Amino acid sequence: MNQLDGNAMAGDLREVFAVDVTAARFLCAGCGHAGAVATLRLWGPAPGQVARCPHCEDVVLRVVHAPDRIFLDVRGAVRLELPLADS
Amino acid sequence: MARAAVSGRLIWRVATVAGARWETPSARTLVLDLPDWPGHLPGQHVDVRLTAEDGYRAQRSYSIASAWSDDGDPVELTVQRLDDGEVSPYLTDGLAVGDQLELRGPVGGWFVWRDTRPAPVLLVAGGSGVVPLMAMIRARAAAHARQPFRLIYSVRTPADACYGEELRRRVRDDGGLDVQFVYTRKTPEGWPAPPKRIDVATLNTYGWPPDFAPDCYVCGPTTFVEAAADILVALGHDPGRIRTERFGGTS
Repeated sequence: MNQLDGNAMAGDLREVFAVDVTAARFLCAGCGHAGAVATLRLWGPAPGQVARCPHCEDVVLRVVHAPDRIFLDVRGAVRLELPLADS
Repeated sequence: MARAAVSGRLIWRVATVAGARWETPSARTLVLDLPDWPGHLPGQHVDVRLTAEDGYRAQRSYSIASAWSDDGDPVELTVQRLDDGEVSPYLTDGLAVGDQLELRGPVGGWFVWRDTRPAPVLLVAGGSGVVPLMAMIRARAAAHARQPFRLIYSVRTPADACYGEELRRRVRDDGGLDVQFVYTRKTPEGWPAPPKRIDVATLNTYGWPPDFAPDCYVCGPTTFVEAAADILVALGHDPGRIRTERFGGTS
């Protein structure tokens, strides 16, 4: 299986959010590691993407595309910190 | 540089292939005509979607190779053929000039270089991981930016190097750009070292000293990215200045 990273979630997340979420910092609920969403380890492929913490490998985000909706599971992130301006 | 859209609604667009050229025997650049393209930052990518007659869809991300300017230059993707791939063989061997392609983008706001960043830049490419880094080199030249750039580019053999001619020209003409190749399987005639993978000595010799606090961009297959990023951290680079992008496929 091809292992990608959170960069590859940019398109799917932009279907849901008005800003780029890959540049956001997550705080892992499992181990407290903080980093850019782009650095999450991504297991795919479609219809479901599972993004795991690069430090403890707990699931941080899951995005599942169903025919008529998107399921976004963020249980593994205590918070997301989103930059407002380009930075 | 044009203000690239990093926010706003994302839509699927139809691109028309306006031209194509082979970079290596297995990597092809597609020149795309994209009306109303909002512009992009170097390092961003697009998602390409193929739909079969029975409705089955496959979607992949491809880095943009070209720089964007206000002149409305075409958008170029360089696609590496993966022989067991579901999408890439169609893009490299099936798609003809005049054909249309469904894509959305640009996306990704983290693995990007902005010409407003003053730091020197180290680019570390494994195989077709060079594509978004080439966009940064092209954007630097288009913006007449002065930040010194160094590219360390690992390829299997000399024939596997994309943009070889252009890189040679840019090293000569773009002041402040250095390029160092690493060959993992076969070197050119007379190359001073045997084939090897990227290692501490390579990044120490051809990268920037950590004291210069360079922005580091590493792109390639997962194993390559992890090896290179680990070495950079071990050499004393600030992990917060190392940005990585992994793609599937083989090294």
